[in-house]
Amino acid sequence: MVKSYIEKIGLPRVIIIVFLLLLILAAFLQGQNMSMLTTDVLVRFGMNGILTLAMVPAILCGTGLNFGIAVGIIAGLVSGIWSIDLGLTGLTGIMFAICVSVPFSVVFGYLYGKLLNAVKGSEMVVGTYVGYSVVSLMCIGWLVLPFKSPTLVWPIAKAGLRNTITLDGYYEKIFNNFLSFQIGSVTIPTGLLLVFALACFIMFIFSRTKTGIAMKAVGDNNMYAVAAGINVNKMRMLGTIISTVLSAVGIIVYAQAFGFYQLYQAPLNMAFMPVAAVLLGGASTNKVKISHVVIGTLLFQALITIALPVANQIAPEGGLAEVSRLIVSNGIILYALTQSGGKK
Amino acid sequence: MDMQKPILELKNIKKEYYGNKVLKGVSLDIYPGEIHCLVGENGAGKSTLMNILFGMSVIHETGGFEGEFIIEGKPAVIKTPNDALENGIGMVHQEFMLIPGFTIAENIKLNREPLKNNALSRVFGKSMKSLDTEKMKSDAKESLMKLGMDIDEQTIVKGLPVGYMQFVEIAREIDKKGVKVLVFDEPTAVLTESEADKLLEAMKHLAAEGIGILFITHRLDEVMAVSKRITVIRDGNHIQTMNTCDTDVVKIAELMVGRKVEKIERKVNASSDEDIMEIKNLKVSMPGELVKGVSFSIKKGEILGIGGLAGQGKIGIANGIMGVYKARGEVTFEGKPIKLNDPQASMSAGLSFVSEDRRGVGLLLGMSIEENMVVPSIYNFKKYLKKFLIFTQKDTKAIRENALKYIDMLDIRCTGPTQPVMRLSGGNQQKVCIARALTLEPKIIFVSEPTRGIDIGAKKIVLETLIKLNEEYGMTVVITSSELAELRSVCDRIAIISEGKLSGILSAEASDSEFGLLMSGINKKGDE
Ligand SMILES: Nc1ncnc2c1ncn2[C@@H]1O[C@H](COP(=O)(O)OP(=O)(O)OP(=O)(O)O)[C@@H](O)[C@H]1O
Ligand SMILES: [Mg+2]
Repeated sequence: MVKSYIEKIGLPRVIIIVFLLLLILAAFLQGQNMSMLTTDVLVRFGMNGILTLAMVPAILCGTGLNFGIAVGIIAGLVSGIWSIDLGLTGLTGIMFAICVSVPFSVVFGYLYGKLLNAVKGSEMVVGTYVGYSVVSLMCIGWLVLPFKSPTLVWPIAKAGLRNTITLDGYYEKIFNNFLSFQIGSVTIPTGLLLVFALACFIMFIFSRTKTGIAMKAVGDNNMYAVAAGINVNKMRMLGTIISTVLSAVGIIVYAQAFGFYQLYQAPLNMAFMPVAAVLLGGASTNKVKISHVVIGTLLFQALITIALPVANQIAPEGGLAEVSRLIVSNGIILYALTQSGGKK
Repeated sequence: MDMQKPILELKNIKKEYYGNKVLKGVSLDIYPGEIHCLVGENGAGKSTLMNILFGMSVIHETGGFEGEFIIEGKPAVIKTPNDALENGIGMVHQEFMLIPGFTIAENIKLNREPLKNNALSRVFGKSMKSLDTEKMKSDAKESLMKLGMDIDEQTIVKGLPVGYMQFVEIAREIDKKGVKVLVFDEPTAVLTESEADKLLEAMKHLAAEGIGILFITHRLDEVMAVSKRITVIRDGNHIQTMNTCDTDVVKIAELMVGRKVEKIERKVNASSDEDIMEIKNLKVSMPGELVKGVSFSIKKGEILGIGGLAGQGKIGIANGIMGVYKARGEVTFEGKPIKLNDPQASMSAGLSFVSEDRRGVGLLLGMSIEENMVVPSIYNFKKYLKKFLIFTQKDTKAIRENALKYIDMLDIRCTGPTQPVMRLSGGNQQKVCIARALTLEPKIIFVSEPTRGIDIGAKKIVLETLIKLNEEYGMTVVITSSELAELRSVCDRIAIISEGKLSGILSAEASDSEFGLLMSGINKKGDE
């Protein structure tokens, strides 16, 4: 009985859930502020969700895990910066950023898709390199982009964008605060969760359209798709573009919750968290469901959020905090990657 | 050699997949030098039993099995294929386990590559030894020769015709030294009659050397020809083990199916004089099945067979017309030319195809039975879709109804329409492929090796379904098959392909010698 239950959920998930429960117990025994931790988990779940969702179209169309979401992230950052340069605030500001990020990321995604179609079979490796290259190139880009607003540029040089750009006074936490309410001392970021849910719903609808089904077929078996008259390259291209658009929108949603746009090196390793999350959720490099995204993001973010304060309390010396943060988050990512075969 | 003691005994084996009992207590033993046949319907549990025997991961990932496993009198634990190899068990799989990007020699020697010393290995030890490629090539060549297969061992496996891949698999097993038991899971399903005969010879030869052979096949004449004993299983139950000399084909068939199996009969000849398709100078570059320019026409409403030896090009024709492999030439359908190399154009015109390569081309292994059946219809005809303002959604209800219809019509043994096809037995996967082609409601259907790997009962269902669609709805049917006898039992005319060209077209009633002559390609010279 227990055995078949474990079989259904998948052993890796059982392990993670048990580990998570142990962490929660430890946090409780250490007397951590549980309601604050819960609030944190909810926020981080919502803010990372769309980035994780960006893995879905990539896996469906057969290019595997999208290690190159930095391409989309850059598109999102540029649009976000632009909205601030124009001095747009509130809903207008974030909607402007999102709307502008779409055409940007479509163009970026198209170029990225062209490349992936040329390197069939090693998309994930190439994706990683592309991500790194784009981030590095943009380090120059951020210096020369013609933005002028004093919130954005270095005050002395009057040119080149700052490392972190605050959204305070623009649209910081605009989604988080929308309709948010308290249960006890836990804050529910209603708007943020709604935005994530909406994105999942759109993806779900898409996966059931003619194009969505064709895309799934391409990911499952290329030759079947060819014989079924499906244009394989077109589907892969489309999957890559949608994934890129989602990562662009994802980073804007992420930033409004975080409170900052982070430029330069920051997007470098952004891909690993969503990759790890979706794998933990039960996806593999060629099979994924929306439920994997939701479960995976929740598990992954809960682990990271709770593990840190627990570890810090065990080893409180100042320098160790950063080290334990690295060990915990990278450890989880590593574990997830070893599970990339997924549930057969 | 001790003929009294079995090398391998399986006792009361039971296996469950996700709560579905597929083996309910099967026992089996093999003596040295014996060819033991295992027969049973599609989904009876034959491959599952062999997977247990060979320690395949799919068994242990799904909760293992119950029962005893005894090798040479001693209980054995076999959890991985490696354990099996160490215990002297070799296996030729029903679905190929080859690495497409590697050469034949590399595949044969995979994991057992001969090594030679070099400077590094003298210092750092065995793991630094380099491959002895010369030895690899000569060993591979030797095994291939044993099977009477004349092919360059440096050829890449990808793109080889399925018949060749099968021989590569077998060569790999023969190449292993110390093999005591060899398992063949439907090795002849993908071979032509003459190749199959060659293989049976090789098997007898191996048995004579004292190897015990466990042989799974749906061709009962082969069973009678080579086996010493036969074990019949039905629905996971052990029905009977008997000596081959005490039984006959009809009896075995009855035991397998649990009822009498009748011969297929054709009532009417629905073909008209009108041509539905004309093929002119068709050339197809399908590796191993090159078509070098064939011309013939297909009559509306007929059942046309395409036969010939393996590697001669018969398989390439349908693949070329359907745009799966690159083709040149002219094909007109109902008077209109068909755009080649464009599967969508072929399907839109009303053509449909069941590929001979069901795992490679025919199936979406990770998706459900019902989805497998409708994807081409959804994509090419926008069927099974509901339209909303700006987007479409799959019509779950219509998809389900379609699946249930074909599950019933073709007797697909499954737990339900949402079961992933990966988890179906080989024969039932084949039926899903046929259902998918029929779901397109084609005017003409090309089926390649439709009965490959399916049991006699299922074979009858599949062929009768094709005949019924032909007789009742006037669907034109083109069957490509390596089994001449099968073609002759269902077709109106049979085209024989040899060396990539058409040798001739005969009526199904023509004599054996006429067919024999065409197959060997002798007539062709006269035409030129
Ligand atoms: N991986 C799997 N997961 C779940 N069920 C499976 C799996 N593999 C096989 N089955 C089921 O086990 C049963 C026996 O299948 P098996 O492949 O052993 O049949 P078989 O006798 O080899 O048939 P065939 O002649 O068609 O190859 C079938 O009902 C099949 O659906
Ligand atoms: Mg089988």
